[in-house]
Amino acid sequence: MAFAAFATTTGPGEELQRRRSPIALLLLLPGILYLALFFLTPLVSLVLTSLQVPSATGEPGVYDPAFKWENYVTVINDYLPHILRSFGYALIATVLALAFSYPLAYFIGVKARPWPLLQSLMLVLVIAPFFISFLLRTLAWKQLLSDESFVITTLKALSVMPPDAHFTGTPVAVIFGLTYNFIPFMTLPLYTTLERLDVRYLEAGSDLYASPLQVFRKVTIPLSMPGIVAGTLLTFIPAAGDYVNASRSFLGGSDTQMIGNVIEANFLVLENYPAAAALSIILMSVILVIVTIYIRRAGTEELL
Amino acid sequence: MKFSLGKWLLPVYAVLALTFLMIPIIYTFIFSFNDSLKSNITWRGFTLDKWLNVCKVQGGAVCEAFGNSLIIGAVATVAATVMGTMIAIAIVRYKFKFRSATSLLLFLPMATPEVVLGAGLAAQFLSVGVPKDMTTIILAHTMFCISFVVVTVKARVASLDPALEEAGRDLYGSPSQVFMRITFPLLLPGILAAALLSFALSFDDFIITNFNSGSVTTFPKYIYISASRGIPAEANVIASAVFLIALVVVVTTQVSAAARAKRLAKLG
Amino acid sequence: MSMATGAFAERGADLELVGISKRFPGFTAIESLDLTIPAGSFFALLGPSGCGKTTTLRLVAGLEEPTTGRILIGGKDVTNLKPYQRPVNTVFQSYALFPHMTVLENVAFGLRRRKLADPVGKAHEALRLVELDHLAARKPQQLSGGQQQRVALARALVNRPALLLLDEPLGALDLKLRRQMQLELKTIQEEVGLTFLHVTHDQEEAMTMADTIAVMNKGRIEQMGAPEQLYELPKTAFVANFLGQSNLFTGTVVGTTSTAISVDIAGQKIVVPVGRSHRHSGDVTIGVRPEKLSLHREAPVIDPARNVIGPAHVIDVSFSGVSTQYLIAHPSLGTIVVFAQNMAFGPVAHVGEQVWVSWDIEHGFGLADDPAENPRFAADTDTKSIAAQRHAALIAELGEA
Repeated sequence: MAFAAFATTTGPGEELQRRRSPIALLLLLPGILYLALFFLTPLVSLVLTSLQVPSATGEPGVYDPAFKWENYVTVINDYLPHILRSFGYALIATVLALAFSYPLAYFIGVKARPWPLLQSLMLVLVIAPFFISFLLRTLAWKQLLSDESFVITTLKALSVMPPDAHFTGTPVAVIFGLTYNFIPFMTLPLYTTLERLDVRYLEAGSDLYASPLQVFRKVTIPLSMPGIVAGTLLTFIPAAGDYVNASRSFLGGSDTQMIGNVIEANFLVLENYPAAAALSIILMSVILVIVTIYIRRAGTEELL
Repeated sequence: MKFSLGKWLLPVYAVLALTFLMIPIIYTFIFSFNDSLKSNITWRGFTLDKWLNVCKVQGGAVCEAFGNSLIIGAVATVAATVMGTMIAIAIVRYKFKFRSATSLLLFLPMATPEVVLGAGLAAQFLSVGVPKDMTTIILAHTMFCISFVVVTVKARVASLDPALEEAGRDLYGSPSQVFMRITFPLLLPGILAAALLSFALSFDDFIITNFNSGSVTTFPKYIYISASRGIPAEANVIASAVFLIALVVVVTTQVSAAARAKRLAKLG
Repeated sequence: MSMATGAFAERGADLELVGISKRFPGFTAIESLDLTIPAGSFFALLGPSGCGKTTTLRLVAGLEEPTTGRILIGGKDVTNLKPYQRPVNTVFQSYALFPHMTVLENVAFGLRRRKLADPVGKAHEALRLVELDHLAARKPQQLSGGQQQRVALARALVNRPALLLLDEPLGALDLKLRRQMQLELKTIQEEVGLTFLHVTHDQEEAMTMADTIAVMNKGRIEQMGAPEQLYELPKTAFVANFLGQSNLFTGTVVGTTSTAISVDIAGQKIVVPVGRSHRHSGDVTIGVRPEKLSLHREAPVIDPARNVIGPAHVIDVSFSGVSTQYLIAHPSLGTIVVFAQNMAFGPVAHVGEQVWVSWDIEHGFGLADDPAENPRFAADTDTKSIAAQRHAALIAELGEA
C-alpha cells in the first residue's frame, strides 16, 4: 500500500499548482531533521561500528574505533549459509504469498465490486491479522502444527507425513510462517491496484479475440504491475530481515536460523557489535541492490 | 461473469483463504478462555477467570507491558503524525530544492529491514552513551512511523481540490482561516487514518523495540520473552480485547461509509 | 433586492486591465492585454481552451499575480491586494463547494469572514434567490449538479461583490439544464445589477447571455463587441470560425465603387459591401455564413444583388432535423458548406448532383486579417470540425426529442 502510494500520487499537471515558499522549509525541517538524526546517522554509526576492533583492555562488549574491513570477510565466512538462507526463504515466501494473494485480491477488488459492503468487510478480514499481535499469531501456528496437534497426528495417520517427521523446527515451517505473516502486505497493494482496474480493458481484450487466460496474462497482469511490485517488496524486505518466525521459540529450529537471528544474537546476547553491524550493512546493501534492479526491471521507477 | 475461471472457483477460494487467515486469530481468542496453568498450550476447560483477572498474573507483568505499549504508541503516534503531515503538505503543495533526495529519505526507512533500523539506532545510542529506556523506544517508533504517515496523508492532500482553498480565499478567508476552516477539516480523515496506522505499527512492533528497549518491556516483547517458557492466557486476553476493539472501530467506519455512499447514490 | 450592503458594492463596478501579461515557466499565457468592462454589464470572455481566458479570470480574482500590468476595480488599483481583500467573488468551474459544510454554511462563509451582521439570514435570502432555501441543511454532495451550481452562485452573490467572476460555470451540466441556467443567470444578473465576467469556450452560451463578448485567442483579444456584431462582421478568420461557421475565400480586389468592392476569387467575381469589409484593396479574405447561402439545381438568373458560385458538385449531405448540411466541392474554390432549412421533405440535392450557390451581397463580409496568414479558400470543413458539428447537431436533436 505504502509503496503503491508513492507511485500513484504524482500525476501530470500537478506541477503547475506548486509554489516556491519559505513555508515549505518550515514544514519539512522537523521531520527531515528527525529522519537525518534517527535514520541516517544510525546507518553511519552502523558502518563505523562494523569496522571496530575489540578493546585493547580485553573487556567484553567494548570496542575501539578502527577501519577493520576484514570484519566483513569474517562474518561472510561465518554466516554465509544464514545470509543465503534468509534470501532463499524470503524469495519462496514472497512467491507463495503472491500466489495466495492474487486470486483473493482479484476477487475482492474486481469480482466483488457490485457489493461494496461485502468488499469492505472482506478487506477488514484481510487486515484483521494486523490487529492481533504478530508474535501471538505465530505462536498459535506453532501450537496448531506441533507434533501432538490434531493436524499433524491426522497427517501422520493418513501416511501423508512419515511417522517420525516434524513440522515445527523445519525450513517448511519457517517459510510457512513468513508467508502467513506477510500475506496482508501482499494482498493490500494488489487490492488497491485491482480495485481501480477498469473492467472495460478486460472486455476490450476478450472482444479482440483473447481467451480468458490470455486476457489475464496480457491485460490484467500488466495493469496490476504496480500492485505486484509494491506487494512483493513489502513482503520480501521484512521477510528477509525477520527473526521471529525462524527463532527456536517460534517456528524455527537450529538449522533454520536466518540473518536476523544472527544479528540479534550477536548484538543483544554476544555483544559482538561489529559482527552484528557488518551483517546489518550486508543485509541492507543486498536489499537495496535487489530493490533497485527489481524496480528498474519492472519499469516503475516513480516509486522513488 | 466472462472472466471468472468458472463461476464458483474464485468465491470459494476467497472464503477458504480468508478462513485460513483467521485460524490463528480464532485460536488465540479461544485460548483466552482456557483454564490454563502456567503455560497455555493444552485445553483444560472453559473459564472467564483470565478475562476478569487479567492483571493478577505474575504481579501484573502483562498489564504493565501493555500499558507501556499504549504510552509508547500514543506518544510516537502524535510525534510522527505531526511531522509526517507537515512533510506531506510540503511535498504536494510546494516546490523546493532536493525534492528527490527528500523522497528518497522518506522511502528508505520503508525499504530497510526492521532489524537494520533497530540495530542501527541501538549502535548509535551505544556510541553516544544514551541508556535504553522508554524514551529510546519512542524515538525509534516515531522514526519508522513518519514515512508511513507521509504516504497516507500525501494521498489525501493530493486529492484535495485546490479550488476549495481558492474559494476560501475568494470568500474573504485569511490564510490562517482558510487553513483552520477548510484545509485542516478536509485533511482530517487522512490524518486520522495515518495516526491509526502509526499506532498499530508502534503497538505491534517487536524487532526494533527489542534492540532499543533495555529493561523496559512492551507487550510484544513480553510475549517474545515468555514464548520459550509458556505464555499465560492473560496475554491472549489482552490481544483478543485489542483485536475486538480494533475490529469494532474498523467495521463501524466501513459500514457507515458504505451506508453513506448508498444514501448519496440514491439521492444522485 | 434588499440584500445586505456591508462594505461592498450596491452596484457593480468597472473593471480595467491595463497592459496585463502573465508568463509561466515555459509559456506565456497572456500578452499585453488591455480590457475595460463597464459597470453593470454581462461580459463574456470567449475562447478555446488554453487561450488565456481562465488565467485572466484568476488574475482578476487575485489567485495569480500578473507579470506586468495593473488591475483596477471601480478605479481603485487592486493589483497587489490578496484575493480575500478584493471586492470580487468567483463561481468556480467545479463549484468548489466545501464538502464538510452544509449548503447554508457554504453560503454564509464569506459573510462570516467579513463579520457582517446576520450571516444566516442573508444566506437564507441568497438561497431563496436561487430557489434552494429548502435544501439549506443538506451537504453539497447530496445535491444534483444544477443545484450545486446554484449554491455556488448564491455563495458568491450573497457577498454583493463589485465584480462576479464565472469560470465556465455551466460546463458540468447537461445541455438542457445548461440552457435553463443560461437564462436564469442572465435574469439574476439583471436583477442584482452587478458586473458579471463570464469565461466560457461555448460560443452559444456567450451569445445567449452576454451584452459584450471578447473573443480571445493565444493570449490576445481578437475582437470585442456585441454578439450580433461579432457574428455579422467578424474581423478575423479565427472569430469567423469560432463563432459559428464561415465559408472563407481569398482573392484580390479588382474594382471599387462607393458602396461595394468586387473581389476576384479564382476567376469568380464576388461583391462585398464597402461597409462590411475591413479591407478595401489588395488581397482580401471574404466570407459568408453557411446559412446565408441558397442552393440551386440549375444555373440561377443573373442578379446584381446576388453573388453566384457554380457549377459545383455535392459531395456530402447530412440531415440534422431543423436543417440539412451540404458539402459542395468547387473545382477552384474548394469545399463550401451550405445549411439549408428543411422546408421540403427530403434533401433538395443529392450527392454527385451539379449545383450552384448564391447569396445576397449584403450578407458577405471582408476580414481585417492579412490573407497571407490564412490558407486560400479556408472553409472550415476539415473532418474534425465536421465531426464536431454532426455531434452537436445530434445532441440538439436528442435534446428536442
